[in-house]
Amino acid sequence: MNLLSYFQNQNSQTHNTAAVAKERLQIIVAHARRQRDPSTLDCILPHLQQELLEVVRKYIMVDDDDIKINLERDGDYEILELNITLPEQELAKNEK
Amino acid sequence: MAKIIVVTSGKGGVGKTTTSAAFATGLALRGIPTVVIDFDVGLRNLDLVMGCERRVVYDLVNVINGEGNLNQALIKDRRVDSLYILPASQTRDKDALTLKGVAKVLEVLKKRFEYIICDSPAGIEHGAIMAMYFADAALIITNPEVSSVRDSDRIVGMLAAKTRRAINNLEPVKEHLLLTRYDTKRVEKGDMLSAIDVTDILAIPMLGIIPESQSVLHASNSGTPITLDRESDAGQAYLDVVARFLGETPPKREKKSLFTRLFGK
Ligand SMILES: Nc1ncnc2c1ncn2[C@@H]1O[C@H](COP(=O)(O)OP(=O)(O)O)[C@@H](O)[C@H]1O
Ligand SMILES: [Mg+2]
Repeated sequence: MNLLSYFQNQNSQTHNTAAVAKERLQIIVAHARRQRDPSTLDCILPHLQQELLEVVRKYIMVDDDDIKINLERDGDYEILELNITLPEQELAKNEK
Repeated sequence: MAKIIVVTSGKGGVGKTTTSAAFATGLALRGIPTVVIDFDVGLRNLDLVMGCERRVVYDLVNVINGEGNLNQALIKDRRVDSLYILPASQTRDKDALTLKGVAKVLEVLKKRFEYIICDSPAGIEHGAIMAMYFADAALIITNPEVSSVRDSDRIVGMLAAKTRRAINNLEPVKEHLLLTRYDTKRVEKGDMLSAIDVTDILAIPMLGIIPESQSVLHASNSGTPITLDRESDAGQAYLDVVARFLGETPPKREKKSLFTRLFGK
Protein backbone atom coordinates (compact mmCIF):
# COMPACT_ATOMS: atom_id res chain seq x y z
CA MET A 1 0.00 0.00 0.00
CA ASN A 2 1.47 3.31 -0.94
CA LEU A 3 1.32 6.37 1.22
CA LEU A 4 -1.39 8.05 -0.80
CA SER A 5 -3.83 5.15 -0.61
CA TYR A 6 -3.06 4.85 3.11
CA PHE A 7 -4.31 8.38 3.65
CA GLN A 8 -7.29 7.80 1.40
CA ASN A 9 -8.25 4.78 3.47
CA GLN A 10 -7.84 6.72 6.66
CA ASN A 11 -10.09 9.30 5.25
CA SER A 12 -12.82 6.94 4.12
CA GLN A 13 -13.21 5.63 7.66
CA THR A 14 -14.16 8.97 9.10
CA HIS A 15 -15.49 10.61 6.00
CA ASN A 16 -19.17 10.81 5.25
CA THR A 17 -20.24 8.55 8.07
CA ALA A 18 -23.58 10.35 7.73
CA ALA A 19 -24.17 8.48 4.46
CA VAL A 20 -23.54 5.19 6.26
CA ALA A 21 -25.92 6.22 9.04
CA LYS A 22 -28.60 7.06 6.51
CA GLU A 23 -28.32 3.72 4.77
CA ARG A 24 -28.45 1.78 8.05
CA LEU A 25 -31.42 3.79 9.29
CA GLN A 26 -33.36 3.32 6.07
CA ILE A 27 -33.02 -0.45 6.38
CA ILE A 28 -33.90 -0.63 10.07
CA VAL A 29 -36.82 1.79 9.84
CA ALA A 30 -38.28 0.04 6.77
CA HIS A 31 -38.06 -3.26 8.65
CA ALA A 32 -39.66 -1.82 11.81
CA ARG A 33 -42.49 -0.34 9.75
CA ARG A 34 -43.21 -3.62 8.01
CA GLN A 35 -43.33 -5.34 11.38
CA ARG A 36 -45.94 -2.82 12.54
CA ASP A 37 -48.05 -3.10 9.41
CA PRO A 38 -50.63 -5.87 9.88
CA SER A 39 -50.92 -6.33 6.12
CA THR A 40 -47.34 -7.59 5.78
CA LEU A 41 -45.82 -11.03 6.35
CA ASP A 42 -43.19 -9.39 8.55
CA CYS A 43 -45.91 -8.53 11.01
CA ILE A 44 -47.36 -12.06 11.28
CA LEU A 45 -44.00 -13.83 11.19
CA PRO A 46 -43.24 -13.79 14.94
CA HIS A 47 -46.72 -15.19 15.70
CA LEU A 48 -46.40 -17.77 12.94
CA GLN A 49 -43.04 -18.86 14.31
CA GLN A 50 -44.44 -19.19 17.82
CA GLU A 51 -47.42 -21.27 16.72
CA LEU A 52 -45.30 -23.51 14.50
CA LEU A 53 -43.03 -24.11 17.44
CA GLU A 54 -45.99 -25.23 19.53
CA VAL A 55 -47.25 -27.59 16.82
CA VAL A 56 -43.84 -29.17 16.22
CA ARG A 57 -43.35 -29.61 19.95
CA LYS A 58 -46.40 -31.85 20.12
CA TYR A 59 -44.33 -34.43 18.25
CA ILE A 60 -40.67 -33.54 18.61
CA MET A 61 -38.89 -31.66 21.35
CA VAL A 62 -37.09 -28.76 19.70
CA ASP A 63 -35.51 -25.65 21.15
CA ASP A 64 -36.80 -22.15 20.51
CA ASP A 65 -34.07 -21.41 18.02
CA ASP A 66 -34.38 -24.72 16.19
CA ILE A 67 -37.13 -23.23 14.08
CA LYS A 68 -36.03 -20.47 11.76
CA ILE A 69 -38.27 -18.49 9.51
CA ASN A 70 -36.78 -16.29 6.90
CA LEU A 71 -38.52 -13.93 4.54
CA GLU A 72 -36.73 -12.89 1.42
CA ARG A 73 -37.78 -10.46 -1.22
CA ASP A 74 -36.90 -10.91 -4.83
CA GLY A 75 -38.55 -8.32 -7.01
CA ASP A 76 -42.28 -8.95 -6.77
CA TYR A 77 -41.82 -12.28 -5.02
CA GLU A 78 -41.65 -12.98 -1.34
CA ILE A 79 -40.02 -16.24 -0.40
CA LEU A 80 -40.86 -17.69 2.97
CA GLU A 81 -38.23 -20.13 4.10
CA LEU A 82 -38.85 -22.46 7.02
CA ASN A 83 -36.06 -24.43 8.64
CA ILE A 84 -36.57 -26.91 11.44
CA THR A 85 -33.47 -28.46 12.94
CA LEU A 86 -34.32 -31.85 14.40
CA PRO A 87 -32.44 -33.02 17.47
CA GLU A 88 -29.93 -35.78 16.78
CA GLN A 89 -31.31 -38.57 18.96
CA GLU A 90 -34.78 -38.15 17.43
CA LEU A 91 -33.27 -38.79 14.02
CA ALA A 92 -31.38 -41.82 15.27
CA LYS A 93 -34.62 -43.32 16.63
CA ASN A 94 -36.36 -42.93 13.30
CA GLU A 95 -33.55 -44.64 11.44
CA LYS A 96 -33.86 -47.86 13.41
CA MET B 1 -62.10 23.95 19.34
CA ALA B 2 -59.04 23.59 21.56
CA LYS B 3 -56.15 21.60 20.17
CA ILE B 4 -53.91 19.24 22.12
CA ILE B 5 -50.32 18.97 20.91
CA VAL B 6 -47.84 16.47 22.30
CA VAL B 7 -44.11 17.20 22.15
CA THR B 8 -42.53 13.76 22.03
CA SER B 9 -39.43 11.85 20.92
CA GLY B 10 -38.76 8.53 22.63
CA LYS B 11 -35.15 9.51 23.27
CA GLY B 12 -34.25 11.77 26.17
CA GLY B 13 -32.26 15.00 25.99
CA VAL B 14 -33.20 15.84 22.42
CA GLY B 15 -35.04 19.10 23.19
CA LYS B 16 -38.65 18.26 24.11
CA THR B 17 -38.80 20.54 27.11
CA THR B 18 -36.92 23.32 25.33
CA THR B 19 -39.38 23.01 22.44
CA SER B 20 -42.48 22.83 24.66
CA ALA B 21 -41.48 26.07 26.39
CA ALA B 22 -40.48 27.82 23.14
CA PHE B 23 -43.49 26.68 21.15
CA ALA B 24 -46.06 27.48 23.84
CA THR B 25 -44.49 30.90 24.37
CA GLY B 26 -44.44 31.53 20.62
CA LEU B 27 -48.17 30.80 20.37
CA ALA B 28 -48.99 32.92 23.41
CA LEU B 29 -46.93 35.84 22.03
CA ARG B 30 -49.61 36.05 19.36
CA GLY B 31 -52.28 36.44 22.00
CA ILE B 32 -53.49 32.84 21.68
CA PRO B 33 -54.53 31.39 25.07
CA THR B 34 -52.00 28.60 25.60
CA VAL B 35 -51.16 26.23 28.44
CA VAL B 36 -48.09 24.00 28.59
CA ILE B 37 -48.25 20.87 30.76
CA ASP B 38 -45.24 19.00 32.13
CA PHE B 39 -45.97 15.25 31.91
CA ASP B 40 -42.54 14.24 33.16
CA VAL B 41 -43.70 12.98 36.54
CA GLY B 42 -40.78 12.66 38.96
CA LEU B 43 -38.44 14.65 36.72
CA ARG B 44 -40.15 18.01 36.52
CA ASN B 45 -38.07 20.51 34.58
CA LEU B 46 -40.40 22.61 32.47
CA ASP B 47 -40.87 24.96 35.45
CA LEU B 48 -37.11 25.66 35.45
CA VAL B 49 -36.92 26.23 31.71
CA MET B 50 -39.94 28.55 31.97
CA GLY B 51 -38.44 30.30 35.00
CA CYS B 52 -41.37 29.72 37.35
CA GLU B 53 -39.91 27.02 39.62
CA ARG B 54 -40.40 29.07 42.77
CA ARG B 55 -44.06 29.61 42.08
CA VAL B 56 -45.07 25.94 41.96
CA VAL B 57 -47.74 25.23 44.58
CA TYR B 58 -49.82 22.37 43.22
CA ASP B 59 -49.10 20.11 40.27
CA LEU B 60 -50.82 17.89 37.71
CA VAL B 61 -51.01 14.88 40.04
CA ASN B 62 -52.40 17.01 42.90
CA VAL B 63 -55.14 18.22 40.58
CA ILE B 64 -55.96 14.69 39.40
CA ASN B 65 -56.10 13.45 43.00
CA GLY B 66 -58.24 16.38 44.07
CA GLU B 67 -55.57 17.65 46.49
CA GLY B 68 -55.61 21.07 44.89
CA ASN B 69 -57.77 22.68 42.26
CA LEU B 70 -56.72 23.47 38.74
CA ASN B 71 -56.79 27.24 39.21
CA GLN B 72 -54.38 26.95 42.11
CA ALA B 73 -52.05 24.72 40.11
CA LEU B 74 -51.93 26.83 36.91
CA ILE B 75 -49.06 29.32 36.93
CA LYS B 76 -49.63 32.46 34.90
CA ASP B 77 -46.52 33.58 33.03
CA ARG B 78 -45.31 37.03 34.09
CA ARG B 79 -43.94 37.99 30.67
CA VAL B 80 -46.55 36.76 28.21
CA ASP B 81 -50.19 37.43 28.91
CA SER B 82 -52.04 34.42 27.59
CA LEU B 83 -49.49 31.84 28.73
CA TYR B 84 -49.95 29.35 31.59
CA ILE B 85 -47.87 26.47 32.95
CA LEU B 86 -49.12 23.33 34.66
CA PRO B 87 -46.14 21.75 36.43
CA ALA B 88 -45.42 18.03 36.88
CA SER B 89 -45.38 16.30 40.20
CA GLN B 90 -42.16 15.27 41.91
CA THR B 91 -43.74 12.06 43.17
CA ARG B 92 -41.79 8.89 42.53
CA ASP B 93 -44.94 7.01 41.65
CA LYS B 94 -44.80 6.84 37.85
CA ASP B 95 -48.33 5.48 37.71
CA ALA B 96 -49.78 8.55 39.42
CA LEU B 97 -51.14 9.60 36.04
CA THR B 98 -54.25 7.78 34.83
CA LEU B 99 -56.08 8.20 31.54
CA LYS B 100 -59.23 9.06 33.42
CA GLY B 101 -57.45 11.69 35.52
CA VAL B 102 -55.66 13.25 32.56
CA ALA B 103 -58.91 13.31 30.56
CA LYS B 104 -60.65 15.15 33.37
CA VAL B 105 -57.97 17.87 33.55
CA LEU B 106 -57.81 18.28 29.77
CA GLU B 107 -61.59 18.64 29.53
CA VAL B 108 -61.48 21.66 31.82
CA LEU B 109 -58.41 23.17 30.12
CA LYS B 110 -60.06 22.83 26.71
CA LYS B 111 -62.74 25.29 27.76
CA ARG B 112 -60.17 27.91 28.64
CA PHE B 113 -57.30 27.52 26.20
CA GLU B 114 -56.91 27.27 22.46
CA TYR B 115 -53.72 25.26 22.58
CA ILE B 116 -52.70 22.67 25.14
CA ILE B 117 -49.03 21.68 24.79
CA CYS B 118 -48.01 18.39 26.46
CA ASP B 119 -44.30 18.01 27.24
CA SER B 120 -43.72 14.25 27.17
CA PRO B 121 -41.21 12.35 29.28
CA ALA B 122 -38.60 10.25 27.44
CA GLY B 123 -39.22 6.56 26.80
CA ILE B 124 -42.09 4.64 25.30
CA GLU B 125 -43.72 3.63 28.59
CA HIS B 126 -46.70 4.75 30.62
CA GLY B 127 -45.69 8.41 30.98
CA ALA B 128 -45.11 8.90 27.26
CA ILE B 129 -48.44 7.25 26.50
CA MET B 130 -50.25 9.50 28.99
CA ALA B 131 -48.76 12.55 27.27
CA MET B 132 -49.70 11.48 23.73
CA TYR B 133 -53.01 9.71 24.32
CA PHE B 134 -55.38 12.65 23.77
CA ALA B 135 -53.23 14.50 21.22
CA ASP B 136 -54.60 15.95 17.99
CA ALA B 137 -51.11 16.73 16.68
CA ALA B 138 -47.56 15.71 17.58
CA LEU B 139 -44.26 17.52 17.34
CA ILE B 140 -41.75 14.70 16.93
CA ILE B 141 -38.46 16.07 18.21
CA THR B 142 -35.51 14.49 16.47
CA ASN B 143 -31.77 15.09 16.56
CA PRO B 144 -29.78 14.27 13.41
CA GLU B 145 -28.28 11.19 14.99
CA VAL B 146 -28.97 7.45 14.62
CA SER B 147 -30.57 6.57 17.94
CA SER B 148 -32.79 9.64 17.96
CA VAL B 149 -34.06 8.95 14.44
CA ARG B 150 -34.85 5.33 15.27
CA ASP B 151 -36.64 6.32 18.48
CA SER B 152 -38.68 8.86 16.54
CA ASP B 153 -39.83 6.05 14.28
CA ARG B 154 -40.89 4.06 17.35
CA ILE B 155 -42.90 7.07 18.49
CA VAL B 156 -44.55 7.25 15.06
CA GLY B 157 -45.60 3.64 15.59
CA MET B 158 -47.06 4.46 19.00
CA LEU B 159 -48.95 7.49 17.74
CA ALA B 160 -50.56 5.18 15.18
CA ALA B 161 -51.51 2.55 17.76
CA LYS B 162 -51.72 3.82 21.32
CA THR B 163 -53.58 7.11 21.07
CA ARG B 164 -57.26 7.93 21.46
CA ARG B 165 -57.47 8.79 17.76
CA ALA B 166 -55.90 5.49 16.74
CA ILE B 167 -57.92 3.35 19.14
CA ASN B 168 -61.22 4.95 18.14
CA ASN B 169 -60.43 4.90 14.41
CA LEU B 170 -60.56 8.68 14.15
CA GLU B 171 -58.45 10.82 11.87
CA PRO B 172 -54.85 10.01 12.88
CA VAL B 173 -52.73 12.30 15.05
CA LYS B 174 -51.14 14.90 12.75
CA GLU B 175 -47.38 14.40 12.74
CA HIS B 176 -44.81 17.17 12.45
CA LEU B 177 -41.10 16.50 12.36
CA LEU B 178 -38.94 19.00 14.22
CA LEU B 179 -35.23 18.59 13.75
CA THR B 180 -33.32 20.15 16.64
CA ARG B 181 -29.67 20.64 17.62
CA TYR B 182 -28.83 20.86 13.92
CA ASP B 183 -25.26 21.73 13.05
CA THR B 184 -24.94 22.83 9.42
CA LYS B 185 -21.14 22.73 9.49
CA ARG B 186 -21.08 19.12 10.62
CA VAL B 187 -23.72 18.23 8.04
CA GLU B 188 -21.62 19.80 5.31
CA LYS B 189 -18.61 17.77 6.42
CA GLY B 190 -20.64 14.58 6.16
CA ASP B 191 -20.43 13.96 9.92
CA MET B 192 -24.10 14.51 10.63
CA LEU B 193 -27.33 13.39 8.96
CA SER B 194 -28.85 16.19 6.93
CA ALA B 195 -32.44 17.40 7.17
CA ILE B 196 -33.09 15.78 3.81
CA ASP B 197 -31.62 12.48 5.04
CA VAL B 198 -33.91 12.50 8.07
CA THR B 199 -37.05 13.30 6.07
CA ASP B 200 -36.07 10.60 3.56
CA ILE B 201 -35.83 8.07 6.37
CA LEU B 202 -38.86 9.02 8.45
CA ALA B 203 -41.16 10.42 5.74
CA ILE B 204 -42.89 12.80 8.13
CA PRO B 205 -43.66 16.38 7.04
CA MET B 206 -40.92 18.71 8.30
CA LEU B 207 -42.09 21.60 10.43
CA GLY B 208 -38.71 23.15 11.01
CA ILE B 209 -35.04 22.94 11.83
CA ILE B 210 -33.62 24.36 15.05
CA PRO B 211 -29.88 24.98 15.01
CA GLU B 212 -27.57 23.82 17.78
CA SER B 213 -27.09 27.08 19.63
CA GLN B 214 -25.35 28.52 22.67
CA SER B 215 -28.34 30.77 23.18
CA VAL B 216 -30.47 27.78 24.25
CA LEU B 217 -28.18 27.13 27.18
CA HIS B 218 -28.21 30.79 28.20
CA ALA B 219 -31.98 30.88 27.94
CA SER B 220 -32.46 27.84 30.15
CA ASN B 221 -29.84 29.15 32.60
CA SER B 222 -31.95 32.22 33.12
CA GLY B 223 -35.37 30.56 32.88
CA THR B 224 -36.37 32.34 29.69
CA PRO B 225 -38.11 30.45 26.88
CA ILE B 226 -35.85 30.83 23.85
CA THR B 227 -38.63 32.44 21.78
CA LEU B 228 -38.37 35.50 24.06
CA ASP B 229 -34.78 35.99 22.88
CA ARG B 230 -35.47 37.53 19.50
CA GLU B 231 -31.78 37.96 18.79
CA SER B 232 -31.00 34.27 18.88
CA ASP B 233 -30.93 32.00 15.84
CA ALA B 234 -32.72 29.24 17.72
CA GLY B 235 -35.39 31.67 18.97
CA GLN B 236 -35.99 32.86 15.41
CA ALA B 237 -36.17 29.30 14.17
CA TYR B 238 -38.80 28.45 16.79
CA LEU B 239 -40.85 31.54 15.88
CA ASP B 240 -40.75 30.34 12.26
CA VAL B 241 -41.93 26.94 13.44
CA VAL B 242 -44.91 28.54 15.17
CA ALA B 243 -45.72 30.53 12.02
CA ARG B 244 -45.52 27.46 9.82
CA PHE B 245 -47.63 25.48 12.29
CA LEU B 246 -50.31 28.15 12.03
CA GLY B 247 -50.23 27.82 8.27
CA GLU B 248 -48.24 30.96 7.51
CA THR B 249 -45.17 31.25 5.35
CA PRO B 250 -42.46 32.66 7.58
CA PRO B 251 -40.11 35.27 6.11
CA LYS B 252 -37.26 33.58 4.30
CA ARG B 253 -33.94 33.69 6.06
CA GLU B 254 -30.57 32.37 4.95
CA LYS B 255 -30.09 28.82 3.69
CA LYS B 256 -32.98 29.34 1.35
CA SER B 257 -32.27 26.42 -0.89
CA LEU B 258 -32.56 23.82 1.87
CA PHE B 259 -35.82 25.28 3.13
CA THR B 260 -37.22 25.55 -0.35
CA ARG B 261 -36.46 21.91 -0.98
CA LEU B 262 -37.97 20.77 2.30
CA PHE B 263 -41.00 22.94 2.61
CA GLY B 264 -41.62 23.60 -1.07
CA LYS B 265 -42.19 27.26 -0.42
N1 LIG C 1 -31.09 23.83 19.82
C1 LIG C 1 -30.33 23.55 20.89
N2 LIG C 1 -29.04 24.01 20.96
C2 LIG C 1 -28.25 23.73 22.02
N3 LIG C 1 -28.66 23.03 23.09
C3 LIG C 1 -29.93 22.56 23.11
C4 LIG C 1 -30.82 22.79 22.02
N4 LIG C 1 -32.02 22.21 22.31
C5 LIG C 1 -31.86 21.64 23.53
N5 LIG C 1 -30.62 21.85 24.02
C6 LIG C 1 -30.06 21.40 25.31
O1 LIG C 1 -30.16 19.99 25.37
C7 LIG C 1 -30.46 19.56 26.69
C8 LIG C 1 -31.71 18.71 26.69
O2 LIG C 1 -32.81 19.51 26.30
P1 LIG C 1 -34.27 19.25 26.85
O3 LIG C 1 -35.17 20.23 26.19
O4 LIG C 1 -34.29 19.21 28.34
O5 LIG C 1 -34.52 17.78 26.27
P2 LIG C 1 -35.64 16.70 26.65
O6 LIG C 1 -36.80 17.41 27.27
O7 LIG C 1 -35.98 16.08 25.32
O8 LIG C 1 -35.01 15.72 27.57
C9 LIG C 1 -30.59 20.81 27.53
O9 LIG C 1 -29.39 21.05 28.17
C10 LIG C 1 -30.87 21.89 26.49
O10 LIG C 1 -30.40 23.17 26.92
MG1 LIG D 1 -37.83 17.06 29.14
